[in-house]
Amino acid sequence: MSEKTPKKRKGFVLGYYPGMNMWTLFFFVYLYMPMVVLVAYSFNDGNRAQIWQGFSTRWFYRAFINDDIQNAALNSLIIAVCATVVATVLATLAALVLARGGEFRGRSASLGMVTLPLIVPEIATAVATLSFFAIIGFQLGMLSIIIAHTVFCIPFAFLPIRARLEGMDTDLEQAAGDLYANAWETFRFVTLPILAPGIVAGAMLAFIISVDDFIITLMVSGAGATTLPLYIYGMIRQGITPEVNVISTVMLAISIAFITAYWFISARGDTVKGH
Amino acid sequence: MNLPRSIAARRALGLAPALITVAIFMVLPMLILLVFSFLEADPYGGVEPRFSVEAYIQLLYEIDFDDALVFNPIYLGIIWRSIFLALVATVGCLILGFPVAYFITRQDPRMQNLMLYLITLPFWTNQLVRVYSWILILAKDGVIEQPLKAVGILDGSLGMMYSNGAIAIGLVYSYLPLMVLPIYASLEKLDFRLIEAAHDLYADRMKVMREIITPLAMPGIIAGCILVFVPSLGAFIAPDLLGGGKKLMLGSLIHLQFASSRNWPFGSAIAICLLMLVMVALMVQARSAAKRRAMEAGR
Repeated sequence: MSEKTPKKRKGFVLGYYPGMNMWTLFFFVYLYMPMVVLVAYSFNDGNRAQIWQGFSTRWFYRAFINDDIQNAALNSLIIAVCATVVATVLATLAALVLARGGEFRGRSASLGMVTLPLIVPEIATAVATLSFFAIIGFQLGMLSIIIAHTVFCIPFAFLPIRARLEGMDTDLEQAAGDLYANAWETFRFVTLPILAPGIVAGAMLAFIISVDDFIITLMVSGAGATTLPLYIYGMIRQGITPEVNVISTVMLAISIAFITAYWFISARGDTVKGH
Repeated sequence: MNLPRSIAARRALGLAPALITVAIFMVLPMLILLVFSFLEADPYGGVEPRFSVEAYIQLLYEIDFDDALVFNPIYLGIIWRSIFLALVATVGCLILGFPVAYFITRQDPRMQNLMLYLITLPFWTNQLVRVYSWILILAKDGVIEQPLKAVGILDGSLGMMYSNGAIAIGLVYSYLPLMVLPIYASLEKLDFRLIEAAHDLYADRMKVMREIITPLAMPGIIAGCILVFVPSLGAFIAPDLLGGGKKLMLGSLIHLQFASSRNWPFGSAIAICLLMLVMVALMVQARSAAKRRAMEAGR
């Protein structure tokens, strides 16, 4: 609705409700105030997290040279990269079939199955996965986390890829077929390049979901493997320290950077769609 | 490289990896959970392979000193608190989110995009971190209490933390975007001429809201309510951090059984209860969606 709302009576704007602006303003303040508070406190000089004692970046330095935090960050990165790569490949294949494979029996069942991890409450997934690993005697650690993450990353990678496929027309692929490209060549040189922004977007969502996950990781991590959210949780449990604020701020920054990039990639994808 | 010729083979090849992964690591574990809930607990963690419905009995009763079953309302209380707080969070998100979703549709496309981005952004940031930031605000000597104390209005503490209210704030904060986005999606297509026509027919603003905007937003409202209610029901982080582990909800109770209490069958039974509540919520949604479609088809 880009047209200007016509004025009917003086002071009467069509479709306008009094207080709407203020309400929206309040809404955004509510949404962002906690994050602003957190970021502000991470620059607090004091030894206590909650009392403001002047601006300083010393806690960033302290957190940066902390071995435990470095290890946790490295674990988070390894897990997220592995889970993202596997989940994105599986999701791309599934999306190609479900968006392009036409109608077939079991199509909606397959769709339900791929998106199942979105519906099941995380805590249920977490304890179910733990029970599964326990019953087959699987050693809990990095590998068990990677497997669990891969599963719940699949739908997050799947949805943007499918959305992109459904927005693509098939003209170019048909043209490639007319020019004697075989199915693989058409896929490799026509479909895949056009689909690439969708795949990148899906992979980014999967990555951020993996890095941020807490409950499932908590249940299937075992003793040795600590990720950043687990480390933060452990610190909060021991009491609030300025270091928690610092790592939390860094995690916030990572997520915001990724989602902003995702936003631009999918926006660019939309403009390409018409060609 | 050649792809398999038959379309059926291609479909199978494409779908199989994802489906098998989800089947083995998601569906099978759920079934194991169901089986576990009917087994006996191993006091050292895990289960004893003997059939028992003890876990479900434990939800309602406890065993007295002389082996008699005594009604125990603790766990029902936790289930009730979970449902209650999830409902409060859902209503809170609706009240907070609906006017905003409508307001966004009234903006020009650039502004709409910016606002949608700002609403989506917190959702993709770490939930643990977002809930934690509320501790800084609500805690004793936190952002709210410090200034009040400084000007001398407040003496002592408001005790905002570790309350149902704090948990509700955390839940609303965690899932708010899931309410706004579906409502926005259904209102985005709203034909503005309908509102104009209604005003021409002497409807006032309230009547337009009641008779036109709300009915058209209904699919989005229902979807949003389900999207908020379901994760709130099984939430772990908000009740754990803001409820301080005293005000248990289903999520924290399940975690407790698998972590420190070491009663896996009981934890499994609660998880199955949670899944059943979720299924009821999804069925309600599916039915209302089907009803709506039937109504639209009948027009």
